[in-house]
Amino acid sequence: MPDRASKIRVHCRVNGQAVTLEVYPMTRLLDVLREQLGLTGTKEGCGEGECGACAVEIDGALVNTCLVPIAQAEGAAILTIEGVADGVNLKAIQEAFINYGGAQCGICTPGMILAVTNLLARHPDPTDLQIREGLAGNLCRCTGYTKIFESVVAACHRAERPA
Amino acid sequence: MKTRVIGKSVPRKEGREKVTGRARYVDDLTFPGMIYGATVRSAVPRGRIRGIYFEGDIPWKEFTVVTAKDIPGKNCVTLLIEDQPCLASEFVNHPEEPIVLLAHPDKHLLEVARRAVRIDIEPLPAIFTIGDSRARRRVVWGDDNIFKSFHVEKGNVDSVWAAADRIVEGDYETGAQEQLYIEPQGMIARFSAAEGLTVWGSLQCPYYVHKALMPLFGLPKDRVRVVQTETGGGFGGKEEYPSMIACHAALLAWKSGKPVKIIYDRAEDMAATTKRHPSRTHHRTAVTRDGKLLAMEIDFTIDGGAYETLSPVVLSRGTIHAAGPYNCENVRIRSRAVATNAPPHGAFRGFGAPQSVFALERHLDRVASAMGLAPDELRRKNFIGEGQSLAVSQVIREKVDMGRLMDRAFELSGYHEKNNLFAETNARSTIKKGVGFASFLHGAGFTGSGEEYLASEVAAEATRDGIIRIFAASTEMGQGTNTIFSQIAAETLGLDCNRIEIIQPDTAAVPNSGPTVASRTSMIVGKLVEAAAHEIQNKLFKSELLEPDYAAADFSRACNRYIEKFGALASLAKYEHPLGLHWDDQRYQGDAYGAYAWAVYVAEVSVDTRTAEVRVNDFVAVQEVGRVINPVLAAGQIEGGIAQGIGFALYENVVWQEGRMVNNQMTNYVMPTSMDVPRIRVLFEEVPYAGGPAGAKGIGELPLDGTAPAIANAIAHSTGADITRLPITPEALMEMLEATHA
Repeated sequence: MPDRASKIRVHCRVNGQAVTLEVYPMTRLLDVLREQLGLTGTKEGCGEGECGACAVEIDGALVNTCLVPIAQAEGAAILTIEGVADGVNLKAIQEAFINYGGAQCGICTPGMILAVTNLLARHPDPTDLQIREGLAGNLCRCTGYTKIFESVVAACHRAERPA
Repeated sequence: MKTRVIGKSVPRKEGREKVTGRARYVDDLTFPGMIYGATVRSAVPRGRIRGIYFEGDIPWKEFTVVTAKDIPGKNCVTLLIEDQPCLASEFVNHPEEPIVLLAHPDKHLLEVARRAVRIDIEPLPAIFTIGDSRARRRVVWGDDNIFKSFHVEKGNVDSVWAAADRIVEGDYETGAQEQLYIEPQGMIARFSAAEGLTVWGSLQCPYYVHKALMPLFGLPKDRVRVVQTETGGGFGGKEEYPSMIACHAALLAWKSGKPVKIIYDRAEDMAATTKRHPSRTHHRTAVTRDGKLLAMEIDFTIDGGAYETLSPVVLSRGTIHAAGPYNCENVRIRSRAVATNAPPHGAFRGFGAPQSVFALERHLDRVASAMGLAPDELRRKNFIGEGQSLAVSQVIREKVDMGRLMDRAFELSGYHEKNNLFAETNARSTIKKGVGFASFLHGAGFTGSGEEYLASEVAAEATRDGIIRIFAASTEMGQGTNTIFSQIAAETLGLDCNRIEIIQPDTAAVPNSGPTVASRTSMIVGKLVEAAAHEIQNKLFKSELLEPDYAAADFSRACNRYIEKFGALASLAKYEHPLGLHWDDQRYQGDAYGAYAWAVYVAEVSVDTRTAEVRVNDFVAVQEVGRVINPVLAAGQIEGGIAQGIGFALYENVVWQEGRMVNNQMTNYVMPTSMDVPRIRVLFEEVPYAGGPAGAKGIGELPLDGTAPAIANAIAHSTGADITRLPITPEALMEMLEATHA
């Protein structure tokens, strides 16, 4: 229960902006992002670290925010879906998800885009297996993953849009 | 037919919002003064409520509390009939049945309080299996535990048995399956003196929710408004259950005077909401020596859980699909939906057909084996063709060529080559590989006279800028409604898709185009979008403000001038039942569906015989679905459905204890990940259907029907195991392997 402890002050960077938070130390990073910072692009699918809908990057690592107490975010650089696009210009992977059917209902999409971003930082030209492994922590119930794989490949190779 | 935007992979209309995290789902919305709601549920499967006690060190005065006696109108969740209470008052009939509602501004305190409500229930004997329900070990619903039964009779089944060369029988079972949309269920309700009741939520069918809310409060239709927020997957799971949550949120909002948000966490969602009906099927089939089906007798039962909800309709579709795409003169199908003390089972993509198609396609492989025929040979001898009739005596008037679909599926998958190769390699390995297939059909739209009763409507309106607004209650939940409707309207009017605006489903703004279910959105509602767009165009032609072969700029100018001259430029299209389609509800005979999608799916698996683990290595899906409106979206539907089918076949095992799902977490209820799904190859045959927009038929549910039996048949071929039930978890496969080789 977060309200049993007293609030602490946490300093971190979210999407490049410095923020200072007055929070209970065990509050989930997910709730801080969504409720205190209004960054509702990060979604809750299961609350137990299985589905990846709440994934963000913390200091370059892909992390499920439902499992992170905010106290652990001191000094961290956090990237959420709201910080992925460069202003109005979408990243190649975002364009690819729109054009190649990588997003259907869209609820897993923010976490999935973060997972792909993280994957491509490690493997700019990933193999099929690397894509599968890189996305294995992000569940999608709509696509069957095939269109997500195709979106990743397209984003890497800047393929032509499908006819 | 030459088209401009139909048949093109136009990018998803709301794609940009979704990939940037800006799309607003129900849990992303807040209202001034909004508080949170929670549901206190039954811990026992069946019993009589003796008392409700608010215990613990909880400031109860701060809470809004609702029980059955607070309900101002009818205490029921109105759907087909009125047997399901919104809140249990005297009796509970399943675990997790809602009894008390709580609301408070502090979510965390709310959860502590929920656990501090003690409900004293005197337990009553309960039943949990189809067998116990049919044996009436206890009668827990009506007079006989039967929600609905059907009897389909074609030809003279009884005249055939004596003369048949061979009679093959079999029993098949399928388990429950959780829809597992990644966005859990949720609703926000607000009451105001000026506007009445408004609810916003994650849902498939705005007018179902609307219909349920009116009698709960005794409100007229214009005092209740239902708005669909961006919906993170439905798959049937958000067809009927959202009405329950909307009723709960509305009761709390009404009593507290504040907006109330109820969001289920995953554990509550999985334990309390609907799942695919568990089923049992018995087949008895008479065959001639050369493999011609003489008679099919099918007995099909589904477990409906504690209340009727949609079980009669699920049973109907399961029954009609039970005899498949085969030409057999003598068919008898008896089916029933029975009551148990589990939470009601409900709509899930495929809607009864995946259960009965699994039984049929496994059974036909076993019939072939008994006759010494290859499984494809048996199918080819019996595939239905034009002019022949289905089990419900519906004469097929469409061009159908199942043999060709099979040829293409086999060619693409290398079915015969793999069969030969694996026969050789399996002998030397503990990993056994196999290929299997299923051939099947799926009817689009509501069954029989259902579409006539629904009488769906779609409206369109032009702005002065020549933007066309489409008003329909059909929801976008990932399947592509927004994009498909834009393409249909754009094609009709000769415009770009970005000139079409799809209005958010809101019962205060859109007419009732029916529920977003039954593979009906493209084919049935899409046709109405086409008609509404046509009418706009006709008005412009008639007013002589526009001439055929116009340019886009002419269209905008004409709209502007029309509105200046005559006022609103709008249209309303109403469903008209295609001429020549007749359905007899009493005899369950006739034209069950306006059109069918036809398909042959091939799966390749490898089975580790030491661990009984199964992998799907390759999957080929060939289907005839009429004209494909958007190839990327259509393939996405098929691929996603196949992944759910892989889960249904291999992984998704609901573990029951006294009517309660005990593995109600994503940790121990396992759905396919990116490591479990092969790259799925999808191929469409396109035979335009005159009754659909630009020739399209429905496809949404189709892939759920054939995936599991194709996989099951592949496992049977690779290991020799007699697969009779789903899911084929390693434990289940080990048992079936041992039973086969004993």
